Amino acid sequence: MNALAPLSGLAKGACDAAPVMQERGQREVFCGLTGIVWLHRKIQDAFFLVVGSRTCAHLIQSAAGVMIFAEPRFATAILEDRDLAGVADIDDELDAVVDRLLARRPEIKLLFLVGSCPSEVIKIDLSRAAARQSRQHAPRVRILSYSGSGIETTFTQGEDACLAALVPTLPPEPENASHSLLVVGALADIVEDQFARLFDVLGVAPVRFLPMRHAADLPPVGPSTSFLLAQPFLADTAHALQERGARWIEAPFPLGAEGVTLWLRAAAKAFGVSEARFDAVTSPARARAEEALAHYRDALAGKRVFLFPDSQLEPALARFLAREMAMRIVEIGTPYLHRRHMAAELDLLPKDAPIVEGQHVEKQLDRCRAARPDLVVCGLGLANPLEAEGFATKWSIELLFSPIQGYDQAGDLAELFARPLNRRARLEV
Amino acid sequence: MQLTLWTYEGPPHVGAMRVAAAMRGLHYVLHAPQGDTYADLLFTMIERRDTRPPVTYTTFQARDLGGDTAELFKSAAREAYERFSPQAMIVGASCTAELLQDDPGGLAKALDLPCPVIPLELPAYQKKENWGASEAFYRLVRGLAGARRDRPLRDRKSCNILGPTALGFRCRDDVREIAKLLATLGVDVNVVAPLGASPKDLTRLGDADFNVLLYPEIGLAAAQWLERAHGQPFTRSIPIGVGATRDFIAEVARMAEIDPAPALETNDSRLPWYSRSVDSTYLTGKRVFIFGDATHAIAAARIAQDELGFQVVGLGTYAREFARDVREAAARYGVEALVTDDYLDVEAKVSELQPELVLGTQMERHIAKRLGLPCAVISAPVHVQDFPARYSPHMGFEGANVIFDSWVHPLMMGLEEHLLTMFRDDAEFHDGAAPSHLGEEQEPRRPTSAAVVSDIVLAWADDAEKELKKIPFFVRGKARRNTEKFAAERGLATITVETLYDAKAHFAR
Repeated sequence: MNALAPLSGLAKGACDAAPVMQERGQREVFCGLTGIVWLHRKIQDAFFLVVGSRTCAHLIQSAAGVMIFAEPRFATAILEDRDLAGVADIDDELDAVVDRLLARRPEIKLLFLVGSCPSEVIKIDLSRAAARQSRQHAPRVRILSYSGSGIETTFTQGEDACLAALVPTLPPEPENASHSLLVVGALADIVEDQFARLFDVLGVAPVRFLPMRHAADLPPVGPSTSFLLAQPFLADTAHALQERGARWIEAPFPLGAEGVTLWLRAAAKAFGVSEARFDAVTSPARARAEEALAHYRDALAGKRVFLFPDSQLEPALARFLAREMAMRIVEIGTPYLHRRHMAAELDLLPKDAPIVEGQHVEKQLDRCRAARPDLVVCGLGLANPLEAEGFATKWSIELLFSPIQGYDQAGDLAELFARPLNRRARLEV
Repeated sequence: MQLTLWTYEGPPHVGAMRVAAAMRGLHYVLHAPQGDTYADLLFTMIERRDTRPPVTYTTFQARDLGGDTAELFKSAAREAYERFSPQAMIVGASCTAELLQDDPGGLAKALDLPCPVIPLELPAYQKKENWGASEAFYRLVRGLAGARRDRPLRDRKSCNILGPTALGFRCRDDVREIAKLLATLGVDVNVVAPLGASPKDLTRLGDADFNVLLYPEIGLAAAQWLERAHGQPFTRSIPIGVGATRDFIAEVARMAEIDPAPALETNDSRLPWYSRSVDSTYLTGKRVFIFGDATHAIAAARIAQDELGFQVVGLGTYAREFARDVREAAARYGVEALVTDDYLDVEAKVSELQPELVLGTQMERHIAKRLGLPCAVISAPVHVQDFPARYSPHMGFEGANVIFDSWVHPLMMGLEEHLLTMFRDDAEFHDGAAPSHLGEEQEPRRPTSAAVVSDIVLAWADDAEKELKKIPFFVRGKARRNTEKFAAERGLATITVETLYDAKAHFAR
């Protein structure tokens, strides 16, 4: 379980040169349930009901912090001994919980039953429960299910599982529908609006987003749909969309001025926008992004960065830090590497940047300590202990909760990495 | 199946982690799926620990389930021993691993590691965090304290302090305060456990004459076992509040067969005088609702009623194991105890009672905020601000000082806010009024429009104004100011979305 073996059979392209290693052992990562914390804010009339243990409830509470009190739209149905012992009929119990919940929250239009490790291990059939309850509560509420369990999903993969569960319910595009664009992956509303404006000026239309802001606004999908991934962790969602006939537009992810340009250009090309028009539309925003980035380049250029696995954003972040901020990459950890979706990113990464898929946290910490990087990107369980050992750290969850995609957030993204270094330089104690 | 939004306690293995993280030289190997490492950040973030908790997780995934998860556990345990060379290990399963029916205790035994390995059975679908901590500590003490033996001959009596853990409410400073008090009494502290103790220290527990039990939720089971196995009596009074601290001193003096008078005379608590000073008269009969773990809730009720002159209108706990104690205490104040772990029940009770002060946990703080009531925190679960940098015990005489300040403060704030609202429309209190010390000739400050910059009135285009509203309120003002400055410097008449972002890029740093 500990071997660091070079991976065979890599995708074509730069990965041939880039050493991708696989590692197994203790993984210091969140489970997919955590995705609920941002997904429930995006889909404003959806509720997420975890079927799990007290641990699951405790995890979401810890991850959500004080947010849990602002009319939370998530909860846990905690399994008890009597559920496990078969004393209580799980179907009846679950139906009763859902009935009570929906009676209390009449504004809910979409309910997700979210599977956890305990519910997966004892094989509670949540998809059957969702179908049964959907019949009972139609047409007011639609009920779907997906798994956010730690045994099946790592952190952001919870969003993938959620969106993949939504895809079969999307309405079909009409027969004669014109070419449409679907942007996939939860983005902050402000980022979504910026992209919508840019596509509008480029003449790419219609453009729709998944997840949608309201349960009723399901984007249609079909063979005339092309989709662009805004996030790198959407393997199952992409597959489900392709099953519905939609076509994937290959692109790097919209982080940093370069990433956004390449991402937008891939869409523009698919929609026949001329290169001249593309340049005319994007160049002011690009120049603006470059200007914002320039503010942080001195602080970051030449600094060595080590990224622990967390969200699958790591290769794209490393590409941005290396190419646009001139940082040097020590190691790129990622919980999972989707070789097709990540191919465009890997092509852009420095050839010598080691990529490690999976984790053995102790050995990775050993490598990190030995390399003495200037900045470590890691989770909150590791950040303070590493700071105490003298490392500057950037805690990675913030990269999921902050708007970082798009031209006008490029400077903010750079600032997230520059701030810990700036702070260390300031403190005299 | 229980529908839950908030949970007062985590699962029992988190309790065991609190014991492991409190100790030195102990390692916990936990059979748990990927993701359960989230619990690490409770320690590294809320308590701001500078090291990782001493826990190795097997973090199995779905693909491991078909294979040999038992083997995974064994290799994790072996590696953990090799890497950390602990004096002792505890092993167990989290909720999901409990369903797999691998036997961590048996598997670890088969490894035959060269240190004591103590298996923990923590039924995750019945029990909770405090029970898990109590059980882990009890198993460790039972496993390591050994058989009864002759105590070393000493001039002074000595005791152990039992119960403080990692992530415990004010444990760090309570231990310091009580150790100081014991020193004043002339009693030595043999071992403090679990906080700061090593497994080797636990083997010395039997050397003490008696035990000081500070947190029954965590330490009662171990104290009872030590009483049986080592003939050590343990203290029943919890030294929270002036009266309870005096009782505690008397009880310790009795056990140590010494005179309590010198320690009682050193009473340096300001609470009694502060509470008698006329400024505190307005506290009389204030209606207070109290909720928390049993120990802190019961202690708070006594302070509220006897030492601050409040009226206890509600008392409750989320700790079912200690419900009887809380019911007895509630009866003394003529109220019915609220025993529940559902915060919606607590919220309903608070809104029904409409107390003037709420004393509770992090959850009650939010309930009180929602209902617009003053509130102070007296018990776990708590958030990061209740692991303060400053010295702030709740126990002993200094603890009583801390409690006086922290309970009266929100009432003062409440009073101030009330006065301000009442006088809002008075000539002296309206928004534009200048501070009176500036004199009467001072022009009252008028609200200025942020859009007037160097005599040019800037217009915001509708879509730019809308975009601005998407920026979080706490930085929106800064964004507006910067954009207007940027536009004014360039002589722009209208601010568009482009201007907004041009300015953002310009000022980015």
